[in-house]
Amino acid sequence: MTLYTRRRATNLVILTLSLFATGLGLLFLFLILGALLYHGLPALSFGTFTHATPAPGNQGGLSNAIYGSVVMTAVATLVGTPVGILTGTYLAEYGRGSWLAPVVRFVNDILLSAPSIVIGVFVYTLVVVPMGHFSAWAGSIALAILVVPVVVRTSEDMLNLVPSGLREAAFALGTPGWKVVVMITYRAALQGMMTGVMLAVARIAGETAPLLFTALNNQFSSANMNGPMANLPVVIFQFAMSPYADWQRLAWGGALLITFAILFLNIGARFLANWSGGSTSR
Amino acid sequence: MTIDVSPVDSPTQNSARPPLGTAPMVSVNRTAERGVPQTKVVIKDLRFYYKNYEALKGINLELYDRRVTAFIGPSGCGKSTLLRILNRIYDLYPGQRATGQVLVDGKDILDARQDLNLLRARIGMVFQKPTPFPMSIYDNIAFGIRLYEKLSAQELDNRVEQALRRAALWDEVKDKLKQSGLSLSGGQQQRLCIARAVAVKPEILLLDEPCSALDPLSTQRVEELIAELKSDYTIAIVTHNMQQAARSSDYTAFMYLGQLIEFDETEAIFTHPKERQTEDYITGRFG
Repeated sequence: MTLYTRRRATNLVILTLSLFATGLGLLFLFLILGALLYHGLPALSFGTFTHATPAPGNQGGLSNAIYGSVVMTAVATLVGTPVGILTGTYLAEYGRGSWLAPVVRFVNDILLSAPSIVIGVFVYTLVVVPMGHFSAWAGSIALAILVVPVVVRTSEDMLNLVPSGLREAAFALGTPGWKVVVMITYRAALQGMMTGVMLAVARIAGETAPLLFTALNNQFSSANMNGPMANLPVVIFQFAMSPYADWQRLAWGGALLITFAILFLNIGARFLANWSGGSTSR
Repeated sequence: MTIDVSPVDSPTQNSARPPLGTAPMVSVNRTAERGVPQTKVVIKDLRFYYKNYEALKGINLELYDRRVTAFIGPSGCGKSTLLRILNRIYDLYPGQRATGQVLVDGKDILDARQDLNLLRARIGMVFQKPTPFPMSIYDNIAFGIRLYEKLSAQELDNRVEQALRRAALWDEVKDKLKQSGLSLSGGQQQRLCIARAVAVKPEILLLDEPCSALDPLSTQRVEELIAELKSDYTIAIVTHNMQQAARSSDYTAFMYLGQLIEFDETEAIFTHPKERQTEDYITGRFG
């Protein structure tokens, strides 16, 4: 009986501690969201989406930065996703038993945890210096390099979750290998792989360091991929550090926008992952 | 050696099958009804390795056309392994290899030049767990057919219906062919998988414990299906269910520790087995 009481007491202590830790984590999350809403909401208006970044003391918005972020994120995702999915496919479907697969997996893990500023400097050396100027292309390339390892990892993991019985069943019908991959395993893993892509988008949408070295910033609206382009993270970085109150206000607005964009991407990814969840089971 | 037409009870046939040939096989009525069985598959000195572990230790066996051969034996005896060699599905995994000969219609399928996709299209397989593809019920069946045949929409519809009817699933799914195959119950999913295997008209059907995840009613349906299918196919079934082997097979092979202990007509195996181990196993005194 004493043993039982002791176990109950231990349980209570651990439960309290974990609840406290959870609460602490959530507290900071909500403090951040709260501060963002408190300072950011008043800064947002219709003009935020229609006007470009202003000179100090002038009225303006973030339209050029929003445009730049959306475009560079989209280009990076379009470039990085196929590379990532194909690499993940190689690792999960074809690389079994080869010496190359573990090497690729290891290198990918390094890339996954590489500080993003290193990627920025890398692309700076490789693209910006030879071109002689900063550009949105360079920014997209840097972001694409960040997309690849995330997508490789999630694609491989999701493809590995597809039961081998399903593959065997497809092969047992005389299905050629590529058809098994494209028509059976991709289908079974589709939701998980989409989730991975969304998480990758969420990851790069808020990246600042790689863009500082590549796309830099632009005071003006520009759709020229070959020149510097404004983007939310760098604008936030620059405006928040500035002494001008209206720039700081815009930085709050931008921070709110980007945080909620990422929040919704993550919620979307979670929703996608759960949606008709057990489709690969059985 | 003859592999085609010699009747089972001829002495020459027996001598070609050393480990099993202890006595001539008795022709029982049901064999007589369907004529003399023809040899479809000849397995000669088949050995199988998982890396360095020898899982099959020299199997010699024949499977007969339009007959059901059941494989029984304790877990790990190599029954499933044997089945997985017949369509070379083991080839998907590095480190697994087979030696010896498996002659299907006289041609060695273990030959490195054998086209695996064509082989597997000829030799269908149904697995222990239902494995519906993540697509509609209709597409589950049509998938395999489309691989090797170009059919009009009408012909394809007919083939799908025919396959589902054979698997006794048509009445349950005819109004929801567009629904996902995953929405079916376990028993229905397994019958869907059987329909899928049958739809491509294979010559040989391999069933690896097809009923182990099914309730008695679904099991009965599948057994009825096997009884019906054997008029067209050579069927090999692995089962842990002794009654099932006795009910649905013409021949039974008892395996133990990677060896074929006894092979005979099912009636003979279950009424007067020649080997002590077989008798112990089927009477449940194994140990």
